[in-house]
Amino acid sequence: MRIAVIDYGMGNLRSVARALEHVGAREVAVTDDPAVIAAAERVVFPGQGAVRDCMSALHQHELVEVLHQVAADRPFLGICMGMQALMTRSEENEGVEALDIFPGTVRHFGDRASAPARLKVPHMGWNRLYQLTTHPLWAGIEQDERFYFVHSYYVEPASPDIVQGESDYGGRFAAAIGAGNLFATQFHPEKSQQPGLRLLTNFLSWDGEPCS
Amino acid sequence: MGLASRIIPCLDIDGGRVVKGVQFVDIRDAGDPVEIARRYDRAGADELTFLDITASHEQRETLVHTVEAVAAEVFIPLTVGGGIRAVADVRRMLNAGADKVAINTAAIHDPDLVRAASERFGAQCIVVAIDAKRSGGSDTEPRWEVFTHGGRKPTGIDAVDWAQQMAAAGAGELLVTSMDRDGTRIGFDNALNQAISERAGVPLIASGGVGNLQHLADGVLKGKADAVLAASIFHFGEYTIAEAKAFMAEAGIEVR
Repeated sequence: MRIAVIDYGMGNLRSVARALEHVGAREVAVTDDPAVIAAAERVVFPGQGAVRDCMSALHQHELVEVLHQVAADRPFLGICMGMQALMTRSEENEGVEALDIFPGTVRHFGDRASAPARLKVPHMGWNRLYQLTTHPLWAGIEQDERFYFVHSYYVEPASPDIVQGESDYGGRFAAAIGAGNLFATQFHPEKSQQPGLRLLTNFLSWDGEPCS
Repeated sequence: MGLASRIIPCLDIDGGRVVKGVQFVDIRDAGDPVEIARRYDRAGADELTFLDITASHEQRETLVHTVEAVAAEVFIPLTVGGGIRAVADVRRMLNAGADKVAINTAAIHDPDLVRAASERFGAQCIVVAIDAKRSGGSDTEPRWEVFTHGGRKPTGIDAVDWAQQMAAAGAGELLVTSMDRDGTRIGFDNALNQAISERAGVPLIASGGVGNLQHLADGVLKGKADAVLAASIFHFGEYTIAEAKAFMAEAGIEVR
């Protein structure tokens, strides 16, 4: 099984590769080579940092086209910035056009009208994840389980139907989204100990169908 | 709200070994960072912090390997601090598997370092460590000064102002150590933590002075800390992480 972890120079990607290997993945390639990515059976799109740098790195490494290609037809997991980059656009850095694989916007926590008091940003730490669906990637993970988050922006999908799980930080927000062969989490499964490793295990055996 | 207050054991590292001893009952090698990190991971620690107290450059190389070895087996967030002086140091630690890098003295000498590192890697992985000592003011309005070099060198900088400046420059988190309390086991300086927590707008890790579980709870309830860091009470087996969490939960604090 060949898994491509997309490397576009944005932070600590090896943690994701190590966690995948830890749960039994073989042939994990941390790569920026479009040919390797196109040939992979599964794709993991991690990332952290700022969306402007993320998008410019994707363009620079000529990865935009291959990302659209693999996002169309095989098991695909976005993590953190790799989730936000799938949306139409982000409000970060005065507005950045993203990959537009999911219609929707990425917004800053500091602007949340629903927050009762000023929120500390980034949202950092272990928060509860409310599963809204019975997606195969939630298999064996308890409802309301905690995952590790660290982010200043959150996604607001145009369609609520794609929200697979929510968390609460000054109000509910989409902590996991998915449709068809695509799944993406705002939290870091590779840093979320047992439940995170379980999600990665589920990803390795997922056939890319939204229902089991 | 569901966000849990974090408990973070802190390990001092010298030349790739944990120093100041960790005394788990049946530990095979009390100096091995991987073994200790694995223990704390299993025990329910929410994050781990490694502080490199090595002076020499050669031993810094060792730290990179230590971080790599720990990150390969421990799947909770790992912060590394000590001797981070340049953007290149930050990158090496992140590449080795650190999730966050703590910058202390270098932030004072080169405030642009925090901005540059944060722009490059994101605020989420830049922790600014502040060592503060009470420097007068009144009982109702105390003041604190930033110190460097393990609390030996005064800077003349007001700690609360500095915290706000660092958050504005791109620190995603602040690790605040009271030099008055460090090693005393009489509890955090909650007035210091509260003053910073209410102004800086980013998460705060309280450090320095923990002697019992009430101190951890007070750090959150009185000091408004988002995370509490402790070393000796866990290392010497006085309390387990589970006991600390049970105590905090009993005090009404949300824990994992």
